[in-house]
Amino acid sequence: MNATLAVLMRELRLALRSGGGAGLGLAFFLIVVMLIPFGVGPVPHLLAQIAPGTLWIAALLACLLSLDRLFQADFEDGTLDILALSPMPLEGLVAIKAFAHWLTTGLPLVIAAPILGITLSLPDTAYWWLVISLAVGTPALSFLGAIGAALTVGIRRGGLLLSLLVLPLYIPTLIFGARCVAAASEGMDVVPAFQFLAGVTLFTLALTPIAAAAALRMHMR
Amino acid sequence: MSIWEFANPVRFMRLTGKVLPWITALAIGCLATGIIWGFFFTPEAENFGSTVKIIYIHVPAATLAINAWGVMFVASLIWLIRRHHVSALVARAAAPVGMTLTLIALITGAIWGQPMWGTYWEWDPRLTSFMILFVFYLGYMALWEAIDEPDKAADLTSVLAMVGTVFAVLSRYAVNFWNQGLHQGASLSLDKEEHVSDVFYQPLLLSMAGFFFLFLALVFLRTRTEIRARRVKALLLQEAN
Repeated sequence: MNATLAVLMRELRLALRSGGGAGLGLAFFLIVVMLIPFGVGPVPHLLAQIAPGTLWIAALLACLLSLDRLFQADFEDGTLDILALSPMPLEGLVAIKAFAHWLTTGLPLVIAAPILGITLSLPDTAYWWLVISLAVGTPALSFLGAIGAALTVGIRRGGLLLSLLVLPLYIPTLIFGARCVAAASEGMDVVPAFQFLAGVTLFTLALTPIAAAAALRMHMR
Repeated sequence: MSIWEFANPVRFMRLTGKVLPWITALAIGCLATGIIWGFFFTPEAENFGSTVKIIYIHVPAATLAINAWGVMFVASLIWLIRRHHVSALVARAAAPVGMTLTLIALITGAIWGQPMWGTYWEWDPRLTSFMILFVFYLGYMALWEAIDEPDKAADLTSVLAMVGTVFAVLSRYAVNFWNQGLHQGASLSLDKEEHVSDVFYQPLLLSMAGFFFLFLALVFLRTRTEIRARRVKALLLQEAN
């Protein structure tokens, strides 16, 4: 337990102290959402209609932004080798790193999303579900991203490849997450979409560390 | 005598070298007969007119596009478990063929959709899933290209094939949740009565067989090319030393 906590604290310290890692994702989220009205026009009812999807897609892209650093630095300076030699299973390490990524990237988005929802005139009924769906869905984004980050860790200029590999994996989460918010804003039943969203998240939390750890081992062989 | 003997590249080359011309001939024969029969010697379907004839390309291409991913999945699994190089190369060889078939299915579907649905593209679950499948193929091939070491590339793309399979299937059903769609149900089925009438069915089966042999021939050809390329590389390295 101490080791888990130590690795988690290390990840958080690194994320917070190295050049505003957490703030950057949040700023990106803000900018993407700000660009949407420029693209589609400042029409409140139109914005209200696309707000759930826009917020979800912006969150997804913001999550993607910092993924390539998830294992890269540790892989390059050899820390990952040392961590892999420790008694802690690599799967656990991946899970902690992905969780730290969520704490520094996903969680700020969850908190900021309702404020940006106001700017897109999201209907009042949808705010709670926006927060809940993002809180439940974004961990899946970090964990799925860990697979992509692990696959591309040793590759020079792997950033673009990472997006190509990871974004298709986000489709189910995006569909159910955005559907949650859209259903809430249209006054429809949210529960089915939410249950699927939670299901996808639990599934990824359970299984992605295994795939990501396998990929990391292949890189370190 | 077990199937694993063909994991030996020499055995594989010997066998495929012998069967490849036959498979190619079968592919050409079945495709030519099936398509000419289907295009020129079948009646026009009620409600569909002559547009029905695109079925002889669209349905086989779509079926094999999915099954090509299945081939990649199984071959990757064999690589991960038993580490037979031929298996990894088959997975690699199947990807571009599957991607092209996916594209053919999408394009023929669009050409058919314009007169029948009044639109080239509709965000229908089946169409959308095919587009997703296409993106998965792209990512898989890009990962192969990005890694220099052949064994590591085979390892990592195998993991991607596993993850991709799970998420391709998951996306298929998630997409159903998201939009209901226009696409008709399955035209062919092994266990149900409802499928297209025999007039169209027989040339379609022939054309499907043609596409199947074409796929097999292309995968064998690409695998053989890759094995030879590696052999050349090894020989050059030997010479350099």
